[in-house]
Amino acid sequence: MSNEWPLWEVFIRGQHGMSHRHVGSLHAPDAEMAIKNARDVYTRRNEGVSIWVVPAAQIAASSPSDKGPLFDPSRSKVYRHPTFFDIPDDVGAM
Amino acid sequence: MYAQMIQSEATTEDAEQLAAFQARIDAGERIEPKDWMPEGYRKTLIRQIGQHAHSEIVGQLPEGNWITRAPTLERKAILLAKVQDEAGHGLYLYCAAETLGISRDDLTEQLLSGRMKYSSIFNYPTLTWADVGAVGWLVDGAAIMNQVPLQRTSYGPYSRAMIRICKEESFHQRQGFDIMMKMAQGTEAQKRMAQDALNRFWYPSLMMFGPSDAESIHSTQNMAWRIKINSNDELRQKFVDQTVPQAEFLGLTIPDPNLRLNPETGHYDFSEPDWGEFFDVLRGNGPCNADRMEARQTAWSEGQWVRDGLMAHAAKKRARRVAAE
Repeated sequence: MSNEWPLWEVFIRGQHGMSHRHVGSLHAPDAEMAIKNARDVYTRRNEGVSIWVVPAAQIAASSPSDKGPLFDPSRSKVYRHPTFFDIPDDVGAM
Repeated sequence: MYAQMIQSEATTEDAEQLAAFQARIDAGERIEPKDWMPEGYRKTLIRQIGQHAHSEIVGQLPEGNWITRAPTLERKAILLAKVQDEAGHGLYLYCAAETLGISRDDLTEQLLSGRMKYSSIFNYPTLTWADVGAVGWLVDGAAIMNQVPLQRTSYGPYSRAMIRICKEESFHQRQGFDIMMKMAQGTEAQKRMAQDALNRFWYPSLMMFGPSDAESIHSTQNMAWRIKINSNDELRQKFVDQTVPQAEFLGLTIPDPNLRLNPETGHYDFSEPDWGEFFDVLRGNGPCNADRMEARQTAWSEGQWVRDGLMAHAAKKRARRVAAE
């Protein structure tokens, strides 16, 4: 049982103009079979117009313990949001 | 349910860490694969998701039995699509289990060696075409009762798998009810077949929820972790309340002389299934346990050369590409 097919992460573009989104994973011997299997496992009801598959081992991910250092600095930068600025109604739509 | 009688594993971590973990769950946060989790949570989930996945895969067998004998080409195409969905559901769930650190081959090996179980319901035979209707209507109906709340389970990958599954499951129950309607409105012989299917699948369907777990310590822990959302009795009652009017619509009789609407509670009173039979089926003595396991063993061993061959082919292609570069 050592010859297990590698794991692939599957990304589907749901509609034209949308980005690919992660939908799940599957096992396949190579990329070609991974795409064929992804078609059967993840698009049985017209869920997509395009498939990406990526070897799961090739994905680098941030660690949960890095959540603070990575994302906290942007919390205080509220001026990055348009609602930070009060624009008088007289100016009209902006 | 598809995962029956899941015992929770003991956890021995630091109390402060456990409290912080529980607080995240109580706040409705999802736990993701790389997050810290108690060992007991991880092991219990592997057991529960694994058993659920195995049930989807073994669950293809009773219905697969009728694919070649479906009464029309349309019914055959629908049944094929339904059985293919079950395979897909098994795959979503295996992937969710794998995020907890167990390999697919390990999961398969544990099913084949009998260390992991699948739902008791799939050890009953599908003797007539009406049984295919009863399975969709009752078995998938019971499964939905459990799966809808599990969409809110605390473990992210499990929750996402359940959301996908629930989207597809409603087709399964409706196609089953559609078969039952056709049979129930058919000839006398067809009506008898529909009633016979209900008679045989009623109590095994009630057993799917597992015995009363009001006093179970495992249930308490699993509920606190939000990997179990409702008690077995609560879901069983909900299933009965929903199904009885559907049987009345079909003109079929639920095989329970004690069944009646209780005006005080607004719920149906009903007879418990034979729990002796349930435990006997779990121990391996149901009508089809041996057949189901043999089918899975054969599929695994006869598929070995295909799995190995495709890996060898992939390695050869890779080597050629490297040589050409």
